[in-house]
Amino acid sequence: MSDRLVMSGIAKSFGATRALECVDLAVGAGASLALIGENGAGKSTLMKILTGAIRPDGGRMVLDGQPFAPHGPLDARNHGVAIVHQELAIAAELTVAENVLLGALPTRGGFTDLKKQRALAFAALDQLGCGELVDVRRAGDLPIAQQQLVEIARAIAAGPRLLVLDEPTSSLTAEDVQRLFTALRRLKAGGVSLIYISHFLEECRAIADRFAVIRDGRTISTGAMADVTETQIITAMVGREMADIYPRTPHTIGEPLLEVRGLQGRHKPRAADLTLRKGEVLGLFGLVGAGRSETLRTLFGLDQVTGGAVDLRGRPALRSTPRRRLAAGMGLLSENRKEEGLLLGRSIADNLTLTKLSPYVRAGLISGRRQRAAASGWMEKLGVKARDPAQAIGELSGGNQQKVAIARLLHHGTDLLLLDEPTRGIDVGAKAHVYRLIGELAASGAAIVVASSYLPELIGVCDTIAVMCRGRLGTARTVGEWGATPAEASHKILAAAIGQEE
Amino acid sequence: MSVPQPAMLGGNTRPSLARLLAVLGPLLALLLLWVGFGVAVALNADADTINRWSFFGIANQKLMLEQSAIVIVAACGMTMIIVSGGIDLSAGSVIALSSVVAALALRAGWGPCAAVGAAIATGAVAGAINGAIVSWGRLVPFIVTLGMMGVARGLAKGFAGNQSVNFEDDHLAVLMHTPRSGPNSSLFVQVLGVAPGVWIALGLVLLTALLMSRTVFGRYIYALGSNEAAARLCGISVQRTKFFIYALAGAAVGLGGALETARLSVGDPSTAAGRELDVIAAVVIGGASLAGGTGTVFGAAIGALITAVLRSGSQQMGWPTYVQEIIIGLVIVLAVAVDRLRQRRRD
Repeated sequence: MSDRLVMSGIAKSFGATRALECVDLAVGAGASLALIGENGAGKSTLMKILTGAIRPDGGRMVLDGQPFAPHGPLDARNHGVAIVHQELAIAAELTVAENVLLGALPTRGGFTDLKKQRALAFAALDQLGCGELVDVRRAGDLPIAQQQLVEIARAIAAGPRLLVLDEPTSSLTAEDVQRLFTALRRLKAGGVSLIYISHFLEECRAIADRFAVIRDGRTISTGAMADVTETQIITAMVGREMADIYPRTPHTIGEPLLEVRGLQGRHKPRAADLTLRKGEVLGLFGLVGAGRSETLRTLFGLDQVTGGAVDLRGRPALRSTPRRRLAAGMGLLSENRKEEGLLLGRSIADNLTLTKLSPYVRAGLISGRRQRAAASGWMEKLGVKARDPAQAIGELSGGNQQKVAIARLLHHGTDLLLLDEPTRGIDVGAKAHVYRLIGELAASGAAIVVASSYLPELIGVCDTIAVMCRGRLGTARTVGEWGATPAEASHKILAAAIGQEE
Repeated sequence: MSVPQPAMLGGNTRPSLARLLAVLGPLLALLLLWVGFGVAVALNADADTINRWSFFGIANQKLMLEQSAIVIVAACGMTMIIVSGGIDLSAGSVIALSSVVAALALRAGWGPCAAVGAAIATGAVAGAINGAIVSWGRLVPFIVTLGMMGVARGLAKGFAGNQSVNFEDDHLAVLMHTPRSGPNSSLFVQVLGVAPGVWIALGLVLLTALLMSRTVFGRYIYALGSNEAAARLCGISVQRTKFFIYALAGAAVGLGGALETARLSVGDPSTAAGRELDVIAAVVIGGASLAGGTGTVFGAAIGALITAVLRSGSQQMGWPTYVQEIIIGLVIVLAVAVDRLRQRRRD
């Protein structure tokens, strides 16, 4: 089988950060490659280079024997390289057909050619087994799973030679995943090459012939999917033993701090029950859209509560505001550091102390010096690497930003922490730091909820894990109760997350 | 998965330099314009002009300060609003409304202090209504204050019976007129003897600067403008803070209205039409971003002075008003373009 794409020695740096050092990979014509790696390993950067969104600093790409150096996404698309991004980019007000053909709407005499448009869009959708969607007037009315299919249809409509799918199943149900796989196999049979990016190794195994694991910007191992075990892949992915990544601090679990019964939000959660005790680390697992964030936000008073009961430190406190929750010692770390978590243009000191400025006020005026001194102390405690507390937080790396966001909760004196995706978008070293911190906080008697869509970290750091599926929260169990081995527990937890708990 | 951001560690002084430039930039522009126009006016003067350097004279400085005092006072409020991520299009109309209220109060026999108080209260109420609708009604500030612009103008005309409101009082007018100083007065009096309105503006600038940079409320203003979602997450009562921002800003505009009455010595319901744009321009020229989160009241004051220098300079160059308007329009765009450029270099 000839090679459709060969990437060799690809390197890329952003400022002082080396995102990619030396990546090599190859995909055969009509073959599929699973690209595996942790968050921050460099997968997205690599795919951006492949699809022309950014230029590499070094290395070369060869597409069907021809040197390939796209100077933009459109150029890559014209060369037959298409990508389906993880985030949906659906124009909600346009029709499905228009969405499928966005950027390449057929025209006749300067006007859109509706007949041709429908035919082309139908052809693309039909390959995915959902041709009936072509007549939907408003794409925004479709459920997320079908929007995802429209998005994939858009990539197919361009008639690609190589299709990149970046976490395409994160918002799909098991049924839709099967449908997608059927469509992908059909594409493969038609000679299209696939690069499939996913955290779910079973999916990779189901769709890919070969795999490539990248870590810290390098290709660590490649081979045939059939010749490798999951453990081997995981070891290649993380590059170190579990104990190093998930340091555990012994901690004892005390009396209940938070009791939630039948908590209901506007859409999600639907009747969530949970009990959180002092010194407990509770994991909240669920796929994207399951309602993890919504549960935490509803608890914190950010999203509207529509029913249920919440007891905080033995007192009923169902409806609340972030202000009152903070006053009661509860803090929320947002999953969305940039959009919601931090004031990117403001200083580290401002970000760290914003929830509680009163200690620095004398006669109504804030003392910036005191504020910075306090921030310095916390930065040292959490190992935040920065020039000084007055530096704008937007200039820090993701890991350091996250440490400041956590420091803010500690500075406020919260002992009930709701951490939503605390390790999203930060590097492996910083992750280990965050995990250690979680353990230490629990050891000091804090109660912590960690919501994540990345199961290994939950199994690594949590005492108990509860699974959310379509807005419903299951019972929390210890890892041992989920399964005898971590692998068995993961399997059971994943099954629960996709609603197939036996 | 996000691309890791370059961490800037150690040995890099650029950010603080950039910050210095952000403050000094408008000041430098002001100085350059001032010197430039002074020299241009002198070179342009006829041979028989008594004092070709009159642009640099004390009298001209006083005039420019007095001309910008009202804009500066209103800009104190506008800066708070813009930094918090909002906008106030009703400032001009509210100046007219509170000006008319002050004039009516004087006509009804109220003292000048009471009249100023009435004007401030009027502005504060208008601002509070804006603030309440923006925060609890969750409507965008642009629309809310656009509505208030019409309502306040209409109320001003209604209260005034659609004509100027005359009153018998000389005390208020003192606020906006240069105190007389003869050729025998000391230099001290000659220099510092500007209309009290200028001192009021200066005082308000200092007070607002202190409020914005050193109080918890001030930090909340910047926090709101930087990232409203994060502010909410941090337990800041977003709605209450917004309400107070608009109410306080309204009070500043009301004070501007009182000064307007003093300047005109009459309550004119059609005055200050479009003045909100001068105020917004001053704030933006002074380095504030309409996206919120950045900007200082010092910058806004300098921005107001820049437009005053442009006006006065163009006038003394003998250019027609339409040229002034074109120039000021260009300067606004230029100021923001420079700001953009600076930010892009920082990113």
